[in-house]
Amino acid sequence: MPLIEVRDLSREFTIRRRAGVLRRESVVKHAVHDLSFEIDAGEMVGYIGPNGAGKSTTIKMLTGILVPSGGSALVAGLEPARQRRELARRIGVVFGQRTSLWWDLPLRDSFELLRRIYRIPDRTFRRNLEDHVALLDLGDLMDTPVRQLSLGQRMRGDIAAALLHDPEILYLDEPTIGLDVVSKGRLREFLRALNHERRTTLMLTTHDLQDIEALCDRVIVIDRGTAVFDGPLSSLRINGGASRTLVVDLVDEAPAIAIEGAQVVKVEGPRQWLSFPADASAAPLVAQVAAAYDVADLSIHEPAIEDVIRQLYSH
Amino acid sequence: MVDAVRAYWLIAALWIRASMAYPVSFWTMTVGGVLITFLDFVSIWLMFSHLDSYGGFSLREIALLYGVTSIAFRVADMLVGSVEKIGQKVRSGDLDAMMTKPVPVLVQLCADRFELRRLGQIAQGVAVFAWAAPIVEWTPQRLLVLVVALVSGVVIYFCVFVTFSTVQFWTTDASEFANAFTYGGNTIMQYPMTIFPREVVRSLTYLLPLAFVNWYPCLFLLGRTDPYGAPDWFRFASPLAALALVGVTALVWRQGLRRYRSTGS
Repeated sequence: MPLIEVRDLSREFTIRRRAGVLRRESVVKHAVHDLSFEIDAGEMVGYIGPNGAGKSTTIKMLTGILVPSGGSALVAGLEPARQRRELARRIGVVFGQRTSLWWDLPLRDSFELLRRIYRIPDRTFRRNLEDHVALLDLGDLMDTPVRQLSLGQRMRGDIAAALLHDPEILYLDEPTIGLDVVSKGRLREFLRALNHERRTTLMLTTHDLQDIEALCDRVIVIDRGTAVFDGPLSSLRINGGASRTLVVDLVDEAPAIAIEGAQVVKVEGPRQWLSFPADASAAPLVAQVAAAYDVADLSIHEPAIEDVIRQLYSH
Repeated sequence: MVDAVRAYWLIAALWIRASMAYPVSFWTMTVGGVLITFLDFVSIWLMFSHLDSYGGFSLREIALLYGVTSIAFRVADMLVGSVEKIGQKVRSGDLDAMMTKPVPVLVQLCADRFELRRLGQIAQGVAVFAWAAPIVEWTPQRLLVLVVALVSGVVIYFCVFVTFSTVQFWTTDASEFANAFTYGGNTIMQYPMTIFPREVVRSLTYLLPLAFVNWYPCLFLLGRTDPYGAPDWFRFASPLAALALVGVTALVWRQGLRRYRSTGS
């Protein structure tokens, strides 16, 4: 049985707005519309889409904050809206732009309070604290009030807090927003290890496609409330009709390379960029170029997912 | 219920410890609280330098009314006053975070930023009451009515805090609205009902039953008849009023949370 089961899930909002002096009209907005997907235990799923596509609304329904207006959601065998508090013991939630830690209290106090609220057994608590505090590099920050932490430090604190009670599922909403490159890299490494070693299921919404590339085997793309793509990252590239790029460094400057199956899109001195379909093999192209020209260096660039997704949205 | 109370004290205890980390600041604020609320009573006392009685009540009798409502109100304020920050928690998204924890949202809201220093304000109510107490001819019956009235009073003010704060689920900027009924209610109840028109007293009996916090029980303590002719059993009806209000409050709170959970804002 899948760990998360979403079937025809919908959430409508009625927005009232003034249409005259006394008249008001109601507009029904479908934030999420007939959304269906399943996530198995141990998966790492990227949940992406443009602003207002329904990502947060979905996460809020999966955590029980919002009540669905149609369809059903089942998380760890529980109905989130009805069994919200029971579900809370089995999931961890991290909202990127706000903290669920106590603002004026040091991390240590927040963790201790969570231990008692969740009734976390001593051994589990100590193990999780040791593991996560070390891996997330929080050791020196345990006695600093949360409000004095930097964004990245706070995010790490939030993640450690969300994991204290050994949740089966961790929802992350924009976990790397505002972090520098080094912090992002470390956080991704931590999450990957968490998934591998503890089999924690991860579902993350993000605008940073490098998060997805680094972490997620599977991507669900949502637009206007419905899933427009659900599958592995590799097939997202092909589905979107994207292309890869072969970058050729010639020994000397030359006119545009003419070979079959690829087109020159840019020339800059001895360097030329050749575009070819993402589902075609690069090998024959490389062979052709190498046979016809003096090549100093070659490299292949994968398509940027931004472009792929942009194409998906435009359909 | 036991779980809710346990969670409440866990959160409150954390804030108490946090405030004790700065003892100087804690004691300054506590003493400051006593002084400010003390001035509040001084204004009534000054009024009596020109009057022998106000609305047919002597200064000590008014002090009794003042003491009972103040103790009940300040205790409720300390325990659940934070609930008036609902709108702020909605806007900041903190409410969402609260909803992902295995503790009732109302408990988390009430216990948030628990302020032990409000004990100072309670102490002021107790002091005024102690000064007034000798005018009552104490009997075991009267003592019982007093205790029941204080407990009911805390519950009644608790309900007023929650009910009027819940309005913020509909209009997020209405914390002032709640203040009108909580702090405003307490201020009105510091005076004998005889100075108000009959309609006001009726409203404070049947609509927003604050008169059951101190007015009716104190009439019994003082052995006075009700100038407005309310039935005698009203003097013992504080728990009933509290219970009825709890029912209404539960309903309003649930509606408010339901609304939030279907709009997300």
